[in-house]
Amino acid sequence: MESTADRFVDNAHRALGNEILQQALGHVRVNFIEKRRQAVEALPEFEALRQAGRDLRDRVLADLDTHLLAFEAKVLEHGGQVHWCADADAARNKILEICREAGARRVTKGKTMIGEEIGINDFLAAHDIEPVETDLGEYIIQLRHEAPSHLVAPAVHVTQKQVEETFRQAHRDLDATRDLSEPRSLLSEARAKLRQKFVTADVGITGANFLVAETGSSVIVTNEGNGDLTQTLPRVHIALASIDKVVPTLDDLTVLLRLLARSATGQEMSVYTTLSTGPRREEDHDGPGAYHVVLLDNGRSKMLGTPKQDLLRCIRCAACLNHCPVYQAVGGHAYGWVYAGPIGAALTPALIGLDHAADLPNASTLCGRCEAVCPMQIPLPDILRHWREEEFNNKTTKPDRAPQPVRRGLRLWAFLARHPRLYRLATGIGRRVLAGRAGRSGRLDKVPLAEGWTVSRDLPAPSRRGFHAQYRKGYRG
Amino acid sequence: MSDRDTVLAAIRANKKALPSDAPAARPAPVPARGRVDGAARRDLFVRMAEAASASVEMLTSPEDVPEAVAAYLAAQNLPARLVLASDPAIANLPWHDHPMIAHRIGAATVQDHAALTVAFAGIAETGTLALLSGAETPTTLNFLPEHALVLITTDDLCGTYEELWSRLRAATDDGAYWPRAVNLVTGPSRSADIEQKLLLGAHGPIKLHILLLDVEA
Ligand code: SF4
Repeated sequence: MESTADRFVDNAHRALGNEILQQALGHVRVNFIEKRRQAVEALPEFEALRQAGRDLRDRVLADLDTHLLAFEAKVLEHGGQVHWCADADAARNKILEICREAGARRVTKGKTMIGEEIGINDFLAAHDIEPVETDLGEYIIQLRHEAPSHLVAPAVHVTQKQVEETFRQAHRDLDATRDLSEPRSLLSEARAKLRQKFVTADVGITGANFLVAETGSSVIVTNEGNGDLTQTLPRVHIALASIDKVVPTLDDLTVLLRLLARSATGQEMSVYTTLSTGPRREEDHDGPGAYHVVLLDNGRSKMLGTPKQDLLRCIRCAACLNHCPVYQAVGGHAYGWVYAGPIGAALTPALIGLDHAADLPNASTLCGRCEAVCPMQIPLPDILRHWREEEFNNKTTKPDRAPQPVRRGLRLWAFLARHPRLYRLATGIGRRVLAGRAGRSGRLDKVPLAEGWTVSRDLPAPSRRGFHAQYRKGYRG
Repeated sequence: MSDRDTVLAAIRANKKALPSDAPAARPAPVPARGRVDGAARRDLFVRMAEAASASVEMLTSPEDVPEAVAAYLAAQNLPARLVLASDPAIANLPWHDHPMIAHRIGAATVQDHAALTVAFAGIAETGTLALLSGAETPTTLNFLPEHALVLITTDDLCGTYEELWSRLRAATDDGAYWPRAVNLVTGPSRSADIEQKLLLGAHGPIKLHILLLDVEA
């Protein structure tokens, strides 16, 4: 997928001014958070499971090659194939090769973030193979030529009215006067349209939430059942997975499953969790005749042994997005690439390079809610801070890349910080000026030189007396 | 170098062993909720399945299954027609005593509105069914029809997933005959992709009706 992650600031501005988007994002703020809270409360062992999940992933990452080889051996034993791919290019070409060998014209797809990461849809379409998204949310955004804006609910930025418009545009063969005013009628229309695609597809591509070494299985977790039709009906099933998805045993899988649905949608268990192992057996009456796992690295092995390794524990539950004030305000597209929210801000620079995503680590207030809800206890704020430091070091070593005001401002602050009396004097003047302007409300809707900040939010005015002054006076709040 | 070698070499070069003072792997917690037996396990299964919007009907004899199926189809205003798994637990039921039920045995097609299959196990912890692919239980029965009917006996209920896996290992000669698909199913299919409004019946069944045969009753 093309990235606009280097334009986060512009993207975010546009998102904040987009009323339809803001209306749609309201659903995230209400629904996901409350449902997760109830599900977590209903399971007293949840905290202990978080510890266990983190320890499990750390153990696997410390010996990742061994677990991947064990997984591969089991896939082969059950008659499947594993294709190792170092980068997106290799994965795209391997998938195309499998599709061509199968003489494929149409490919149905279950939800796969890795598929987005390697831009598989555009690539297949450019080679005359029709990719059809079958998850309702993915189907909607495919028709709208948009990218997903949420890990779990890819079309969360689209309103019901927009879905109706999109379906009227796309399904021109249907009666133009039909009633599409209810979500149910929209769902039924999509179901009927996609049924035709399911039964005529040659290849089904799904993602994989997990890979199990004990049995050589790829695992998908869904609610709609589209992923299962995708991997059951066509002649060939391709499971697309990154190397961090492997777990040793079925019992390990269980630990992560107990965390995933509760953190993602607040369900005890998603409706369908399916383990796929090899192609159909000789005596079976259904199932694909061939089973391929495309195993993608794409920069992940480089994260091992670095402070970014913890990101590889992620199970893509989206809890960190749902609880993030920045995500809630700007939505997923502002992040500019496949992964949004705190996990996106932390992971994208590792996968496409800090050069192309330097704004993202700043797209956070470091409020810490993401880490507090992350089922895998990933220290997201620490990792974002890490990137900020790296970015700052890059800028100071490559002065041509630093925006002038940023460097000048930082140098000024550094100078003042080393001279406490001057610092107090300077900030004291500034504080009195700003507090005076805010008056009683304590809020500033305009600050000289900071319109960029205040156009969509108010700045709390500083108190008249600063921290140092209050501390000296014995005010310890 | 092949991509396989490149990826493995990169992992080996970068991976970092756990600190030597890292605590030894402890067994993960198993929710106390699921560690129950007998009637308590049955009741938990029913409660959790219903919470996930499945319907559960208790039966005391396998002979009663065809009657229950006929009643279900009638109550849903459906024609008395369905596709059956060839598993003996279903195929050997007295269907001939109920000639009004038109049935076919085999995999499902898009034309089928209702199917009856049998579960390998049920997991009380979350009200989930474990359905295995196989010659006698085709996977399409679980996904294509709008009405999925599933037979299970109380003997086949597990409390937790850990129990499910040990039973499955035992039944497959430690994984040697592992089925192509293990479907863990919790309630009927659903989607909330349109403005977060939850709708049952997305691409899979709109109804999941569980016939629970209480062999201890
Ligand atoms: S970082 Fe944590 S909270 Fe965010 S998607 Fe990954 S596992 Fe979920």
